[in-house]
Amino acid sequence: MSDALGLWGVPLAVASGAIRVGTPFLFVSIGECLTEKSGRINLGLEGTLVLGAATGYAVSLHSGSPWIGVLAAGLVGALFGALHGYLCKLPRVNDIALGIAMMLLGMGLAFFFGKPYIQPSAPMLPSISLGFWSESPQIRAALEVNALFFVGVACAAALWWAFASTRAGLVVRIVGDSADAARAMGYPVDLVRFLATAAGGFLAGLGGAYLSLYYPGSWNERISSGQGLMAVALVIFAHWSPPRCLVAALLFGGAGALGPALQAVGVSEGYYLFYAAPYVLTLLVMAVTVTPGRQLAGAPGELSVQK
Amino acid sequence: MTPSRTFGLEALRITKRFGDFVALDDVSLKVAPGTVHALLGENGAGKSTLVKCIMGYYRPDDGQLLVGSREATIAGPRDAHALGLGMVYQHFTLVPSMTVAENLVMARADVPRVVDWRTELKSLERFIGSMPFGVPLQARVHQLSAGERQKCELLKQLYLERHFLILDEPTSVLTPDEADEMLGLLRSMAQRGDLTVLLITHKFREVSRYADDVTVLRKGQLAGAGKVAKVSREDLAAMMVGSRTLPETAARVGTVGSEIVLSLRDLTADDARGGHGLAISDLLVRSHEIVGVAGIAGNGQRELVEVLAGQQARTGGTVLVEGEPYDGDRGTARRLGVRCLPEEPLRNASVRTMSVAENLAFRRFDRTPGDRPAFWLHRAEMARRAQTLIARYNIKTASKDAPLGTLSGGNVQRAVLARELSEDARLLVVANPCFGLDFQATAEIRSQIVEARNRGTAVLLISDDLDEILEIADRIVVISEGRIVHETPVEQADRQAIGAHMVGHH
Repeated sequence: MSDALGLWGVPLAVASGAIRVGTPFLFVSIGECLTEKSGRINLGLEGTLVLGAATGYAVSLHSGSPWIGVLAAGLVGALFGALHGYLCKLPRVNDIALGIAMMLLGMGLAFFFGKPYIQPSAPMLPSISLGFWSESPQIRAALEVNALFFVGVACAAALWWAFASTRAGLVVRIVGDSADAARAMGYPVDLVRFLATAAGGFLAGLGGAYLSLYYPGSWNERISSGQGLMAVALVIFAHWSPPRCLVAALLFGGAGALGPALQAVGVSEGYYLFYAAPYVLTLLVMAVTVTPGRQLAGAPGELSVQK
Repeated sequence: MTPSRTFGLEALRITKRFGDFVALDDVSLKVAPGTVHALLGENGAGKSTLVKCIMGYYRPDDGQLLVGSREATIAGPRDAHALGLGMVYQHFTLVPSMTVAENLVMARADVPRVVDWRTELKSLERFIGSMPFGVPLQARVHQLSAGERQKCELLKQLYLERHFLILDEPTSVLTPDEADEMLGLLRSMAQRGDLTVLLITHKFREVSRYADDVTVLRKGQLAGAGKVAKVSREDLAAMMVGSRTLPETAARVGTVGSEIVLSLRDLTADDARGGHGLAISDLLVRSHEIVGVAGIAGNGQRELVEVLAGQQARTGGTVLVEGEPYDGDRGTARRLGVRCLPEEPLRNASVRTMSVAENLAFRRFDRTPGDRPAFWLHRAEMARRAQTLIARYNIKTASKDAPLGTLSGGNVQRAVLARELSEDARLLVVANPCFGLDFQATAEIRSQIVEARNRGTAVLLISDDLDEILEIADRIVVISEGRIVHETPVEQADRQAIGAHMVGHH
């Protein structure tokens, strides 16, 4: 099938894969970006992602509408984020340790309640055909883009605008950069962080619904391969800027699509190494951007790992 | 000339207790409109407590407040702001990563949901244009110098229409010139009737040059008040410390030695915070000599101390101690007798949860009394040494086993200095040793440093306080943007010239 395009199929597959694989990265990373801008790290988003995938799938199956499933996944994600946000407020609670606990809890809950949904097939999310102009079936297939991707792009743009020009966005930045200054100005630090963590959880939940309702498009226990954790690395790579989160998500998505694309054009040896590309990329990103003894530009001053 | 926009304030018979401790005992304060009023006192005298009662952070147990000769109940900072009272804190309350414009707009009580930056910037520019000084609106606060930040804090208060300002030690982070400019500005605005200023300070010079009236607190009680023109410096000192003579620092005895102890050549280091870093081409410190490094904070002083203390790696150049290469590692520091009192010693040179005795043993705990590598701790020896040092250096602690974090700032400073000087120190690196200490502690710490110098130690003193350097150094170098830009023996030192070099006019 890919003979028609030959090796040109690889960049095309990588480009379409960048969007297809990168969308969950996009949601989790802008969610994490919002949370970290308020001065907290939520490592539990991997759990939120898996829980969102299970919820979205189950609700889509029962309601018959995948969009209700997406909404339900977002709400469960927000609830989970809210729990993290609330517990972090308590004295002597460390956001990182709590995040790891929340991650394991989220995955456990998803597997427990999601067991009955592994077999049945729920209605999937529709996609938008941007390849209608082309005769080539490969190009048509590659340009099937899911509607949620555009929602994600809109969210990234909205967040970027909000951080620059809205009261709410500026308050989040103040709280994340200097809690003392925020208190002196009379802004409620804990409440802002609570809301930012809940909203971040909502976005991560949407990312989970994308996984189970579009790509790969089924619910099972191996649905996520660490996207939620890699998204945290991605936020650092993106220097806490929503537009850069979009670029980084596409980059990571493209790296994730490299292995399958090579396999599809008949590279039979060593292609599995390329399956590791996103993880290698994560390591490289960390090694290149995190120079010891140097603070990252744009890093919120209140992050516990920055202090 | 009648003050038009501002108003006075009176605090009557204020008492504030924290448990059994009486922080303020029946203290009254009267600030006339359109004046600069100094609130003078040592650390712990109750200045901050009084101000926090005025600003509504604390509720006084007794007494009342009159704002503009009307009785006022201030339940919180919001009430104070609504009455037009503003406070500029010692630590800055600006958000470092945001621009000046963003900081100003967000400080308002009525920030619109969506900020229209074009109109906001226009009105901000109009506002700044009407002020006697300006700051770059689009600059991010962390790029501003301390002086500019202080101006920005002041602008913020005026932007918020607050015409009674309380300033908490506003000049502690400024150069002498910046401080003069700032206080002169406040005074002229007060004289025009735009402002009334309550200035918290412990510097006599600022009181006598810029204040109209003064109120002095000592140990939570009113020690005196009056027109600045009518009280002498000696009177103020007497009110402040309770005796007419201030504690004296030991004098330098003997001439500077000939032996070069520390030699820095082409030393470079990076600034982790993205600043200038360090580029010192040549700096020598001899035995029996104190070299004072003056400069505005953030011009490479921290990097210099961290490189010498082994907290940061240098990127180039050589550091020689008594002719031997020195990298800041523990073994070499011990062998060559390099000792260090960094700033904020509770953070940089000790462990707050460990006991005083343990902290005092940090330089020695891994050696036997016979100075061989030790495996077991010699608890008895540690306890004995701790007792000796506590007594000799006058460290006030509940016991040698109390956690170091429970000690006051001055006593932590004494403890770390005691540890660093307890063995023969050839080179002592000291950074801001007296920041935030009272007269007594300041005089003691400086005396210890001078006595170490008199015993032959080479001392590199890095300080933001030019007065401190002028008082105890033999030679002064000025650091600016990481470079040594000026050097002078203390006898020929000129305040104005040094200040100019600090801000980069070479």
